[in-house]
Order: sequence, then C-alpha cells, then structure tokens
Amino acid sequence: MRSLLALAILGLALPAAAMEATDAARLERLVAQDCGSCHGLTLKGGLGSPLTPEVLADAEPEGLASIILDGVPGTAMPPWRPLLTEEEALWIARYLKDPSQ
Amino acid sequence: MKYVLLALLMATPALADEYRATGDLGLIVERATGSLVVVDQSDRAAIGRIEGLGDLSHASLVYSPDERYAYVFGRDGGLSKVDILSREIVARVLQAGNSIGGAISDDGTLVAVSNYEPGGVRVFDAKTLEMVADIPTASKTIGLVDAPGRRFVFTLWDKGETWIADMKGAEPAITKVTGMGTNPYDALLAGDGRTYITGLFGEDGLTALDLWDETPEPIRVLPGYGRGEEELPVYKMPHLEGWAEAAGEFVLPAVGHHEVLWIDASDFTETGRTQTHGQPVFAMARPDGRQVWVNFAHPLNDTVQVIDRMTHEVIHEMKPGPAVLHMEFTPRGHEVWISVRDENRVDIYDTETFEKLGEVAAESPSGIFFTARAHRTGL
Repeated sequence: MRSLLALAILGLALPAAAMEATDAARLERLVAQDCGSCHGLTLKGGLGSPLTPEVLADAEPEGLASIILDGVPGTAMPPWRPLLTEEEALWIARYLKDPSQ
Repeated sequence: MKYVLLALLMATPALADEYRATGDLGLIVERATGSLVVVDQSDRAAIGRIEGLGDLSHASLVYSPDERYAYVFGRDGGLSKVDILSREIVARVLQAGNSIGGAISDDGTLVAVSNYEPGGVRVFDAKTLEMVADIPTASKTIGLVDAPGRRFVFTLWDKGETWIADMKGAEPAITKVTGMGTNPYDALLAGDGRTYITGLFGEDGLTALDLWDETPEPIRVLPGYGRGEEELPVYKMPHLEGWAEAAGEFVLPAVGHHEVLWIDASDFTETGRTQTHGQPVFAMARPDGRQVWVNFAHPLNDTVQVIDRMTHEVIHEMKPGPAVLHMEFTPRGHEVWISVRDENRVDIYDTETFEKLGEVAAESPSGIFFTARAHRTGL
C-alpha cells in the first residue's frame, strides 16, 4: 500500500505531458493486462464494452478519465481511483483514443 | 512404390522409439503471443510449442477423449484443433467475433463455444470443426460446460437465464431456466455432472440448479451474503470451475470481498468463510479435496494461499511473483503448476511440502491444462 501511495504522490507531481517513459510503459501494460481482463487484451471488448479508438472517437478524454476514476455504478466497471491518479487516468483516456501518441 | 515401401519398413524400428503416450502431457497458454507450450508433467519440462492461434488472452481449451487433440478457444472467436503429438494446428475456424470458453460433449463428438459477440453458443463437429448448430441468445453467454447425456449448459449474462441444450437429436432441444439472478458472471458444474452453480455479479449470492431434475428450478445460495458489508471494487471477475468441490463442500470465491465461502454440497447452506489475502480469482480444490489453493485479483495477484479443508484455515502462503494467473494440479494432486505471467514462467510445487520443484519458461503464461481433463465432466 505504501508503494502505491508513493506512486500516487509521484504521479501528482508530474504534469501529464511529461509522463516519464517508465510510467507510460507501466500504464500501457496496465491497459493491456488489467483493463484487458474485461475489455479484452486487444480492447475489442469482452464482458466490458470495446475500447478501440474507433469506438471512442467521439468521447472526451476528460469524460473517459472520470469513468476510469469513478467507475460506472450499476455495472461491472469499478472505480480505479484507489489505484490511479487523475493524471494517470487522463493519460490512459488519451492513450485509448490514440495509442500512437 | 516398392522403394517407398522399403523405406517405410526400414524406418519402423526408429518409429518404435517415437511412440508417445499423452497421459502426462499438457498445454500452457501463452496469452500475448498466440501460442501454446507443450509440457511433460512427469519430466517437469517443456517439450515443444504450437504457434499461430490468434488472440489467446483469456483462452481455455478442452481435450479429445483420446488425449491427442486439444480444442483451443481464443478470445478473437478462433476455434483451433491442435495435435499435441505432431504439434500442429489440424483445423481452425474463426467462428465469432469475441468468445469466452467452450466445452466438449461427453461422447467427444461435439465442441461448443460460448460467444460474447454475437451472443450465443455455436456447436461444431469435433472431427472437422464444421458447424452443426447455432444457438443465438441475444446475450453474452458465460459458464458453458458439458453435462452428461450429450448436453451443454450455459448462462446468459444479460438476461439471467440458464439454458440446457440437449444435443442427442438432429436439432438441439433447449430447456430455458429463468430467474437465475442479475448478471451471472461464471458458472461451474460439479464433478458428478449434477449440480450447476452460477456466481452473480449484480446481486448477493449464487444460484444452483439440480440437473438431475426434469425441470430444474433456481436454488438461491447464500441470498443474504455480503449484505450490509461494504463491497470493494472488483478489478478482476472471479472464476468458477469444476475443481471447487472439496470433500462434500463447495469452496467459492466471494465477489468484492477478501474471502472464500464454504457451502455444504448437499443442501447449499453456508458452512464457513475464510478470510484471504485479497479478492480470490480461483479457489481450486486439490483432486483429493484436502486442500484449496487460491490466487487473487490485481493488485494483490503475486500471492497464493493454501487453505485446509478440515479447519478452513490458511495453512500456507507463498509469493511466486507478479501476476499469478492460473493453477493446475497433477491428476492425483501431488504437484501443482502455477503460471506467473509477469515473470514469464510456470512454477512447480510439491503440494505437501510446498517446496518448489522446478520451473518451465513460457511467454506471459496464463491457463495450464493437463490432458487428464479429458476424462472429467464439466471442465
């Protein structure tokens, strides 16, 4: 838990644009492996809905980030706030919309 | 022709050395690379690899009755039949857009696949992989198992129904059981083929069906379970498997809680709860039922705990490494193989001494499947 907290503090201190390469790699892995357990490793959907750039084309990154942080009550989408900072959630939202960025 | 025959005859002594039984072989899913490692359980070693199976995240497989072929269910809707002796794909169809597991009929002639997209179950000839039945459900389907009497049983996530498909005739005869509960996420069939249990995500408790009943009715199990207690966010859905029966009790992962639940297998009443390290993903009984091994959801998925069936107490804890995804016992339970995804290896432990006996390298390993599964109902 302490290491998570440390990560969270570290995350807060970093502007989104200046996300360290190691953090980016860690978040990419989290998207594939952990988001992937419901949304599919390739994010084409599973028990959760697809999260491909085409599907998310019209979604605002801020809106996606808030879904990531707070979940969708009444569905299986959990709140990730205990594990992710707001900057990290926003980074993931932008990454989902454009994995090449 | 004569020369060919002669060559064949001359080759015979060499072939004798190549006879290979499959009873102690198995396959490990390499989820990210779309491949399978062929392993020898007695030698605790990898003996080959089969590639080209598509998206194998969350993949599972079943075996033909002769334990030579495996049917691999990929996430991308791919159904592949592989020969574990020649290590080749002998048939493959892309049968849907998005799939989640499958089953083989008790007589070994039919393979069924559970699909998210489009929702439903499709049934294939086990020899050719030609489709023989399409059962649309207008819902994501989960918890597909084989049941005695050439039947398949599966459950509808969106509708809370369980369907029993009897495949003895030319067309599937479907029995629909409604009122199974909100958002069943997975199901298991007990080893005797009688009791089918679905776990519910959308409400407290579980629902059981007695498949020996002509018209099975939903039996609510622990309906008040977890009520009034704060639920934790669920970062990984638990799995239910036919390995959950331990000497007269079912042991089941709780959803959103750090515990496993013990249920009397004869009357479905609660017999206890065991507090665990994290939210359980698999709670698997050793084949003799004496121990239950549990792994956990992210972010506590580096740990495995062992619970004693007699006392319901945790008797051992180990940390094999980051992302323990699956465990498979040798058929008589003396050893267990544990996949450690982020360390790219599978660890082998003695289940009595908990001593590590060996390891096998594999790329992002997930499911481990020994061929002895061929002879078990509901796996």
